[in-house]
Amino acid sequence: MQVSLHVNGTLHTLEVEPRLSLLDALRQNLRLTGTHAGCEHGVCGACTVLIDGEPSRACLMLAVRADGYAIQTIEAIAPAPGELSVLQDAFCETHGLQCGYCTPGMILAGHVLLKQNSSPTREAVVEAISGNLCRCTGYGQIVDAILLAAERLRAGNAAKTGGRP
Amino acid sequence: MSGGAPHFRFVSRKRRVREDRRLVAGHGRFAADLQLEGALHVALITSDHPAARIVGIDAGAALAMPGVMLVLGGAELAAAVDPLMSGPDVPKVRRYPLAVGEARYAGEWVAAVVAQSRSVAEDARELVRIEYAPLPFNLDPEAAYLTDSRPVHAEHGSNVLLDRAFVWGDVDADFAAARHKLAYRVSWGRSSTVPIETFHITARWDAWAQMLDVWASVQMPKYQDQIARALRIPQHNVRVHYDIDVGGSYGVKRGIKHAVLVGHLSRLLNAPVQLIEDRLENMRGGDMQGPDRLFDVELAFADDGRIRAMKMRALDNCGAYAGRAPFQLGKPIGAIVGPYQINSVAYHAISVTTNKAPQEAVRGFGQAPTNYAIETGIEKVAAALGLDRLEVRRRNFITKDQFPYLIPSGTRYDSGDYHAVVDKVLAAADWPGLIAERDGLRKAGLLAGIGLAACLEPGGGNSSFEPLLNPRIDTTTWMESARIVVDATGTVSVTVHTTSSGQGHDTLAATAVGEVLGIDPDEIRVLRPDSIASLASNSPVGSRMAVMLGGAAFHAAGKLKTQLVAIAAHNLGVAAERLVYDGGTVREIDGARRLGWSELITIAHRQHHRLPPGVEPGLAVSHTYQVPTGGALPTADGRVQMYPTHAFEFHVVLVVIDPDIGKPEIRRYVIGHDCGTMINPDIVDGMTLGGIAHGIGAALLEEFAYDGEGQMIAQSFADYLLPSSHEVPEVKIVHHVTPSPYTVFGQKGSGESGYLGAPAAISSAINDATRQLGIGFHKLPMRLSEIGDAIAGAREEAKPSGKAKRK
Amino acid sequence: MKPVNFDYARPNSVAAACALLAADADARLIAGGQTLIPMLAMRLSRPTLLVDILRVPELNGIREKHSGLEIGATTRHVEVETSALVRKHVPLLARAMPWVGHPAIRARGTIGGSLAHGDPAAEVPLVAVTLGAQILYEDAEGPKSMPINEFYLAPTLTALPAAACLTGVRFAAPVAGRRGCGFHEVSARRSDFAIVAAAAEVVLDPDDICIAVSAGIGGAGDTPVRLHSLAEALVGSKLTDRVLGEAARAAVADLDTADDLHASAAYRKRVAAVLAERALRDARDEAMQASSGRRG
Repeated sequence: MQVSLHVNGTLHTLEVEPRLSLLDALRQNLRLTGTHAGCEHGVCGACTVLIDGEPSRACLMLAVRADGYAIQTIEAIAPAPGELSVLQDAFCETHGLQCGYCTPGMILAGHVLLKQNSSPTREAVVEAISGNLCRCTGYGQIVDAILLAAERLRAGNAAKTGGRP
Repeated sequence: MSGGAPHFRFVSRKRRVREDRRLVAGHGRFAADLQLEGALHVALITSDHPAARIVGIDAGAALAMPGVMLVLGGAELAAAVDPLMSGPDVPKVRRYPLAVGEARYAGEWVAAVVAQSRSVAEDARELVRIEYAPLPFNLDPEAAYLTDSRPVHAEHGSNVLLDRAFVWGDVDADFAAARHKLAYRVSWGRSSTVPIETFHITARWDAWAQMLDVWASVQMPKYQDQIARALRIPQHNVRVHYDIDVGGSYGVKRGIKHAVLVGHLSRLLNAPVQLIEDRLENMRGGDMQGPDRLFDVELAFADDGRIRAMKMRALDNCGAYAGRAPFQLGKPIGAIVGPYQINSVAYHAISVTTNKAPQEAVRGFGQAPTNYAIETGIEKVAAALGLDRLEVRRRNFITKDQFPYLIPSGTRYDSGDYHAVVDKVLAAADWPGLIAERDGLRKAGLLAGIGLAACLEPGGGNSSFEPLLNPRIDTTTWMESARIVVDATGTVSVTVHTTSSGQGHDTLAATAVGEVLGIDPDEIRVLRPDSIASLASNSPVGSRMAVMLGGAAFHAAGKLKTQLVAIAAHNLGVAAERLVYDGGTVREIDGARRLGWSELITIAHRQHHRLPPGVEPGLAVSHTYQVPTGGALPTADGRVQMYPTHAFEFHVVLVVIDPDIGKPEIRRYVIGHDCGTMINPDIVDGMTLGGIAHGIGAALLEEFAYDGEGQMIAQSFADYLLPSSHEVPEVKIVHHVTPSPYTVFGQKGSGESGYLGAPAAISSAINDATRQLGIGFHKLPMRLSEIGDAIAGAREEAKPSGKAKRK
Repeated sequence: MKPVNFDYARPNSVAAACALLAADADARLIAGGQTLIPMLAMRLSRPTLLVDILRVPELNGIREKHSGLEIGATTRHVEVETSALVRKHVPLLARAMPWVGHPAIRARGTIGGSLAHGDPAAEVPLVAVTLGAQILYEDAEGPKSMPINEFYLAPTLTALPAAACLTGVRFAAPVAGRRGCGFHEVSARRSDFAIVAAAAEVVLDPDDICIAVSAGIGGAGDTPVRLHSLAEALVGSKLTDRVLGEAARAAVADLDTADDLHASAAYRKRVAAVLAERALRDARDEAMQASSGRRG
């Protein structure tokens, strides 16, 4: 079957079997390997992408049903090759990752939270990432990263220096 | 390194972990990201039976499916490859990647289907008909230990993989003389570290180059050695690529059966073959489960709570095959008395086969279960004597002036100040406030308990448990290497010779080299050559890399400095002793003459006429570093120096339980941590926090549970419960530094921190909370339902109208 | 974990969807996919055809109807969670929604999907059972409905006829009065299905006498269970703590509970009573805060 997917601002037309997941389509057909497979049954969140701006599990979405949405993967977050967003940089500052496997999902979850809430509490951050499992960090430095990014975005907006969140 | 805090320019300072940068952008290079042209894909057919003879495999229908290349069974595989290596001396316990003749656990890989895509391979495997003749099975380790039990491996003749009893010191005399004794049993449930990435591997055999390339999410020493041996090819025909990011491992990603299977398939089919374990294959048959252990402990102690002697019997349910896992009974010998001055120890280590999945090395290699057993004992001694649990620990702790401290089993602990760490933690936790908080919660009708745990993290690694538990093994080398090259323009690169799974080894190596050379670590590139181009390494196991990679990099950098000084000395016409290396320049100690970095590089690379005799052109140095306290075989009575360094941690936890619900909630968590000099504080903290999360899972949530039919119940993430951000509380870390005298910067290994003590601390808290009801918990995991039922049972018994039995 | 091969169809109407189901006994409907796709991945579900109804217009939406509320089957959990209409008309459902999975599941999963799947430990079926909702569905003969107490037969087995499509759920308007609700759940982890959960709604008159009460237990047995005996015990009474406690324990006394890896049958039964009592108390407290004649 043919399906047209709008991924990171570009429209792609793919020929896929109906059973192919969006996760596999992104990784194999589009070579976007930043989205990861952890369980393929919707629990771990390593496959998180944004669908119309909402965090969603790519392993629970069939590619043939993913037309008509704006899909964003982790590859869309960095403003340019070699540059990091404020949130990504905050993860580097607090060491909010170790192996990096769950990290794209965590960053997308944090990204969405910060768009909805510029001053999240610690509890709000914990809730926002509760669907993303991590085995390396124990979550502490991840929460620190998202809170740090929130602080920097608020300061940045206050100073009106621009820059993409 | 002697006492006193050393001042470092880069070591111990805040520094971003350079690996993070590409990983936050989604530009990791994980094994599954590789898509080689023409790659074929594997799906495994697994046994439904816990024990069964494999009568026949009929793959006709599967092979007829378009896109299916091959269906391989164990018999064919065993004819072409050698069995995988075992740790203990059990040659008749043979293990191959696929079951041969007999399936020995539910989930064991019986056949491999190779097809053009994973989907087609899964379609085809449903068409393969395997006929089984079920056999009797056993999952119980005590039953397996009985001499008349049916052996899982008939030729081996019994279920015993390992049965060694050690006596260090006059245990009987100490027990006879002691005023008090107590005995208890604890049970560490079968859990594991379960990384989010399963095991992924691509192997490509090139018949023209006679080379097997391997890209794998592996964390394993001697990986290429064992692949080569099993495939019966020279080791230098196996090229393992180390520039692969591994998505977490914490011990378990050995992948040796995966590699031999896929390597063989690639050779057979002359095509790249990729195996990406799915979660079901991983949980059931990935051979990544951890210790499954019963401890029976006796303690002999005095009126003041000082423990004189300990007897410990550790019975481990190894599962259906041996592998390296039985050694997880041996490594804890290196810290068998924990942080305490116990005079004599009798240790009986038993590993048996049953029809459960085989174990693999799990973070700590047996130390976390052993710490749980020891700390339970301390709590019981305090309870028996009516003494404060903190005070009993303080009385038993090795004191700071006793280091290096020799424990009965032959290891010398390098350094520590346990009392100081405890004091710091109690201050940070506001100990009186914490007690008041607990008591306030109790007054409000809740159950509340404070948990304590003190334990050691042996680090630096070594293989000493191998010759200890298998006299046929005489390995005493457990080295690590680093190579530094300064190129013709003066840029510096250092090589690391293993894969990493998030530990920040690039940053570690660059920091160590930068420290010695006085160069900003961010200007040093770190490279990962493949296994053939690499020097010797033993991979990140045994909490060793800070010590060993740090040491190798340090010494390599030192060699570089020596060369540069020699070049300068020759060119300045002075003795080397009159010169000093200072941040890239070599200058006279008393005098103004100097040679700068550029000039030194130019001489080394281009000006042979200015090079001193005996110094090779170019600037490339390497160092292979041996374990600082290693190099000896065990004594006849089983004493040996296990690991060189001993980090210390002390946990304080406040747990609250609604007695009507039984679900423990961790309200406060403070940990004191002393791993000597921290090379990178953020990395160390990350390890500790992640380790605590693993420990929470092992204590409360995670278990590879089996039912009465020999089937694993927890086969997916629906039933194997990993802690989410909601289940891990905010943790306060308190640092202390007692440098190790044996390592280059005073650093100690710290890759297992948090995990080694958290289960003991949480158990301690829950038992403190429920002790007044006359109940206790001695089995991990402690599920909320069991806690709730035990509380309800105790309240029922305590009712005046009910059975008037009070403990 | 790749699914079996299947065909895919995206009909534009419910009637067309039902026709596809009628033509192939192994066809399956898919809406949010959060439940079905894991089953496809594990090959527990092996359809020949997936009939995608997610974008059928008439299936989506939250509408006031006959002073009650009707929610279309493909309405996503997150839409229900944030809906002012749901908060107004079915506050118990709004109360339960944060317990459904976690944000990413709620972004895609649908009310209809949860209802049609019928996991005994799921929150949405529990609320529907507790409030005596009406299941709306359609087959070749046209639109129909079924009271929820006939709908759940066994774990993940419903009375939805073959070749029928669940189209929505209708919550009737409650009796007038001061309303409050309560929801409690015990699970191993925050976002898991319930080990046991209790939902309750209470309506009081101006003198705090109970006019109506509904309560249900999820996760305990084969299906969510409505505690019918509570009405008799509590209507016409003042809802003191003691009265609520006794009524909750009595209502749960005959509950059949399940034993599994996560909890014993004894645990579920005992804690069902505890949670029912707590949910009722919360509902009563909330109702007492509500001013007379208007919903809180």
